[in-house]
Amino acid sequence: MSVRDYIRERFMPHIWCPGCGHGIVMNNLIRAVDHLQLRKRDIVMVSGIGCSARISGYLDFHTLHTLHGRALAFATGVKMARPELKILVPMGDGDATAIGGNHFIHAARRNIDLTAVIMNNRTYGMTGGQYSPLSGPGNTATTAPFGNIDQAFDIVDLARSAGASFVARTTTYHVTSMIKILEKAIMHKGFSVVEILSQCPTYFGRKNRLGNAVDMMTLYKNNTTPIGSAAKRENPDLLERGIFVQEERPEYCAEYEKIIKQAMGAQ
Amino acid sequence: MSQKIQFLQGNAVCVEAALYAGLDFFAGYPITPSTEIAELLSLKLPQKGGKFIQMEDEIASMCAIIGASLTGLKSMTATSGPGFSLKQEAIGYAIMAEIPCVIVNVQRGGPSTGLPTSPSQGDVMQARWGTHGDHAIITLTASNHQDVFAMTVEAFNLAETYRTPVILLFDEVVGHMREKVVIPEFGDIPLVERLWTSVREGTDFHPYLPREDGRLPMSDFGGIHRYNVTGLIHDMWGFPSNSPQVAHGLMRHLVDKIDNRVHEICRYKEFFLDDAECVLISYGSAARSALHVVENRRARGELIGLLELQTIWPFPAELVRARCASARFVLVVELNMGQVLQEVKKAVEDPGKVFLANKIDGTFITPTDIRNILRLIQGKGV
Repeated sequence: MSVRDYIRERFMPHIWCPGCGHGIVMNNLIRAVDHLQLRKRDIVMVSGIGCSARISGYLDFHTLHTLHGRALAFATGVKMARPELKILVPMGDGDATAIGGNHFIHAARRNIDLTAVIMNNRTYGMTGGQYSPLSGPGNTATTAPFGNIDQAFDIVDLARSAGASFVARTTTYHVTSMIKILEKAIMHKGFSVVEILSQCPTYFGRKNRLGNAVDMMTLYKNNTTPIGSAAKRENPDLLERGIFVQEERPEYCAEYEKIIKQAMGAQ
Repeated sequence: MSQKIQFLQGNAVCVEAALYAGLDFFAGYPITPSTEIAELLSLKLPQKGGKFIQMEDEIASMCAIIGASLTGLKSMTATSGPGFSLKQEAIGYAIMAEIPCVIVNVQRGGPSTGLPTSPSQGDVMQARWGTHGDHAIITLTASNHQDVFAMTVEAFNLAETYRTPVILLFDEVVGHMREKVVIPEFGDIPLVERLWTSVREGTDFHPYLPREDGRLPMSDFGGIHRYNVTGLIHDMWGFPSNSPQVAHGLMRHLVDKIDNRVHEICRYKEFFLDDAECVLISYGSAARSALHVVENRRARGELIGLLELQTIWPFPAELVRARCASARFVLVVELNMGQVLQEVKKAVEDPGKVFLANKIDGTFITPTDIRNILRLIQGKGV
């Protein structure tokens, strides 16, 4: 099918600013689903609140647009009820790691089969550019006029240590590898996390003088490197991208099916 | 027919009734004095192929039951005051997105952490207005275990009928007390199942287009129809809208579907009200002491009666006005500082004749406490 077949054109135009990275992520999510030949009726998209969360409404899946930070909690209920469905959870960095931080680490700990796609633009875009847990110290935001003093999370480290069995990072510049990573994440049996660096030229870019969308994507190209590359050894400041964790571990819903068998047999 | 008689804690009766009503999914978080509900369901739900999950917090457990309910499962969570506060955000979501579910609040003393193991009925107004924005809500109570059973089944039935969250406002006395209960045979109490759409696969399904009778047929999320669900003001497709007409229509629908049907939703019991000059109004465990006083005094010929409210929200104002019309005075008996009292005062012709008998110190209100207040009102001294 074409990308268009997955979009609810009735609900266009979308809300994103010119140059926003989220459209690239939406496009690649569609391509990943299409490559995998998944049926639209087998896919549930659960999102929270924010620019990233609006992806769910635009796509012709079963779509659940929930509360700020709570997408994974709603998704857990849907997945427990219907384990055969594929559940994709697009989130923003504030959505996933600030207000939704507790749900994020516990979904990872349970290793429940959900695919969390975290679009990290390092800011709260929908509310006008406040600092997020991913903004990083020294940057400015509409709530950090004197410079941000908050240290940043590393989403990959956070997901790995919380127990996610699939953890990857990519950027909106690296579209071909993003599609492949998303395909693997969607097919992974367990909690998978894909962090995607996604530019917000309107707020984070403008506030921190990073130029336009193309300039910001060029930064993704120049400041990142594949995991374990020679470039990383020469320049430790480069941010690694690729798949960091991909392991088979007991999946929550499958384990619960065993509980049901045991409980029903014990009667 | 052999009756199944059991001697149970109120929380255990709630569990039996929820399973009777068809509960498939429970998500919760440990909190006194409701924890027994979670413990029992972690055992009993998988035995019938249902699902139990202990979530990371109260908020998450409320969100999880909404997700599960959307897929077609009858879903419930249970908590107490502090947890009820945390769930309010998602209760508002269930109201807005019109998702049936049941929330049990076994009340304890508050505010804040308060008196975790003591009785209170301090969450009446939180059940009504705990979540932000204009809305309507259904809230039921019970004073004894047979009614805990009946009201729990009723909660599931009303949730499905009106596509709305329903709150079961129990209290520590009812939750932890043990007494006899007759478990009804299957079929004795009618069950309301979900109203599913007849729209066929491949045809455009409008999840938020009410029928002529105001009900909205559902399609199991993840099934044959793909649609959007949101907590934003939305149109008949479930897609966000800023249109004033859409916003006005949805707000009226959400409130009217409940507040215009008080007569259908209202559950109550009345004792000796026909000629009562003194009307007691009570609910939950406090109604046990109120009934004790009424029965004793009736035996001595006093014209006293009791109206026990089982539906608190929507408030049955017309019923209260009618039953209090010929009363010389009205005494509201409750374990708070007068939350239902204010509603009764608004409902009756003469608010000056409405008095309060209450306890707010974490102890239960006894018949003697009520008698002492009655003597004061009647000018007999203490």
